[in-house]
Amino acid sequence: MIERSPFFDAVTYAVMIIGLAMVIFPFWVVIVAASQSLHEVSRVPIALWPSDQLWVNLAEAWDRGGLGTKMTNSFIVAVGVTVGKITLAAMSAFAIVFFTFRARMVCFWLIFITLMLPLEVRIVPTYAIAANALLPFQTILDTVGITWLVQQVSGFQIALNWNLLNSYTGLILPLVATATGTFLYRQFFMTIPDELAEASKMDGASAMRFFWDVLIPLSRTNMLALATIMFVSSWNQYLWPLLITTDRANFGTAVMQLRFLIPTMNGTPDWNVTMAGALIIMLPPLLVVALMQRWFVRGLISRDK
Amino acid sequence: MSQISIKAVKKVFQKTEVIHGVDVEIEAGEFVVILGPSGCGKSTLLRMIAGLEDISGGEIAIGGKVVNQLEPRERGCAMVFQNYALYPHMTVRQNIGYALKVARVPKAEREARVLKVAQAVSLEPYLDRRPAELSGGQRQRVAMARAMVREPKVFLFDEPFSNLDAKLRVAMRAEVRNLHRSLGVTSVFVTHDQTEAMTLADRLIVMNSGYVEQVGRPSEVYHHPASLFVADFIGSPAMNLVRGFFGEDGYFRHGKGGMLNLPDLAKAHLSREVSIGIRPELVRRVDASHKDAIAAVVDYTEELGASRLVYARVDGSPIIAVDDGNNALGTGMPVHFAMSESDIHVFDHTTGRRADHAGRPVRATDSVSA
Repeated sequence: MIERSPFFDAVTYAVMIIGLAMVIFPFWVVIVAASQSLHEVSRVPIALWPSDQLWVNLAEAWDRGGLGTKMTNSFIVAVGVTVGKITLAAMSAFAIVFFTFRARMVCFWLIFITLMLPLEVRIVPTYAIAANALLPFQTILDTVGITWLVQQVSGFQIALNWNLLNSYTGLILPLVATATGTFLYRQFFMTIPDELAEASKMDGASAMRFFWDVLIPLSRTNMLALATIMFVSSWNQYLWPLLITTDRANFGTAVMQLRFLIPTMNGTPDWNVTMAGALIIMLPPLLVVALMQRWFVRGLISRDK
Repeated sequence: MSQISIKAVKKVFQKTEVIHGVDVEIEAGEFVVILGPSGCGKSTLLRMIAGLEDISGGEIAIGGKVVNQLEPRERGCAMVFQNYALYPHMTVRQNIGYALKVARVPKAEREARVLKVAQAVSLEPYLDRRPAELSGGQRQRVAMARAMVREPKVFLFDEPFSNLDAKLRVAMRAEVRNLHRSLGVTSVFVTHDQTEAMTLADRLIVMNSGYVEQVGRPSEVYHHPASLFVADFIGSPAMNLVRGFFGEDGYFRHGKGGMLNLPDLAKAHLSREVSIGIRPELVRRVDASHKDAIAAVVDYTEELGASRLVYARVDGSPIIAVDDGNNALGTGMPVHFAMSESDIHVFDHTTGRRADHAGRPVRATDSVSA
């Protein structure tokens, strides 16, 4: 819609500026509070202009939260989840789009249905599996009666156990399955003309070769867009890391750690340090989005041919 | 020994049979064009040779080796696709060299071979461009170079020029013809464009709804169509065809009381339900005083420059004639035609096959040795 009247322009700008202010304001408060001293931050109402204590507070938050380890952990987990998700999404979409097999649609719908089952919904069973990743196999063996048989014959009790609690594997693996990514990739792969696959067949390339040499390079913008979303969302994971890590010193993530930076009931109300911590922790996803936004927009909106 | 041998090949999609047993032998070095209307199964047949479609029945052999179970890459065919199917993210050089890269040809040799074929199709200046930066004709050349670089035993073309404009099409046609002459590789070319087919082919395979209608040299197919379908399909404007029967008095009766004096044909095809046909260019325009003149009324004319097409009616049945005279004809004007009996084709109406003058129908699989 193209409208050219000064009044309408003014209204549009006003709406946009108000919207921007509403989004920016909390960030501004974080920055302002993070730069104030304990005395300043406790004043009511709070001053809305930054002070000079930013570095002091950042350093304090970094030390108190042990953010060195936590940020590294978060980074490992976020990168692991992102890479895992993209690999899994690309490969499963490849199987669904380019291969004709009997259960193709069933597979697609099974993956698609998991969209309705986010981690929060299936957290209890997922935890059970994480506590012993071999539990399903144990159950199968028990049900079929093999456990009983083996015990009768050799007196040896089969007890499969693979504990994922307090490990990077445990932090990463349950988050890797992604219906969104598979769906996005499927939509992209469906825009690739069949002739391209056939041409590569005629050129003698195997299916995996075609995947690697043609599909992956072509889906680059898509992949980067997906990576941006995935990185941010896995960095921001709170519930799952909190649940699966009891050894918080070694395996805690940054977002979890934020909880321990919040002043306790009877402690010093040093919100300036809390805010400084929040600032540090939200920086990596911000940076990723800022760096990737060009690809992000291109990958989601249009396809560059 | 023939290079490609197709025996009783069938194709079934789900439960519909789309190709009903095709038998064709293609000699080494031959340029064969498969021609037919859309949906006749010509592309499917080509894709079965290439290995992109399963063969539901029968057998295809390339160079004496049955290839039914072989992967496309093991068949020694290279294919040029209708929409070029170039890899958009690769440069022209990479596109052409990809097959060699997959085959693990050493880099130096690869470069040399890519350069050689690029020169052959005059693509040298564009080697470092991407397909998106090329014109349609150039893309088509890249697709051809990509096929050539592998030095295949067989070239397959799947309507490669249908996305090009008319002028470029003529130019590419000449280029393909020249390439075939210099490389001498067996080629199978699928098209629905009969001019393309007539000019390129050593031999034509005319297909219609899953059957081979006729196999033969272009001139043979044109001058001796084996069936009503071929007669109607080949040639522009189409052959004049009219249905009727021959009487004992030597007259052919058609439409509502139309009569043509064709004594020789009447003797051979007495009382048979037939369609007779004649090429428009063999229908001569004559004066009313001509002894065999057939009177007609002009419907309209189409000016072609060098000649004009006259659409007229003889006793109610439509007829087209090519007239190269100077005097124009207007709608409703009387006109007179003459034709010689030997130019007339007779087709059995029930089978749709050609009924030659001895009355023996010609079979579709009668291949004419080149």
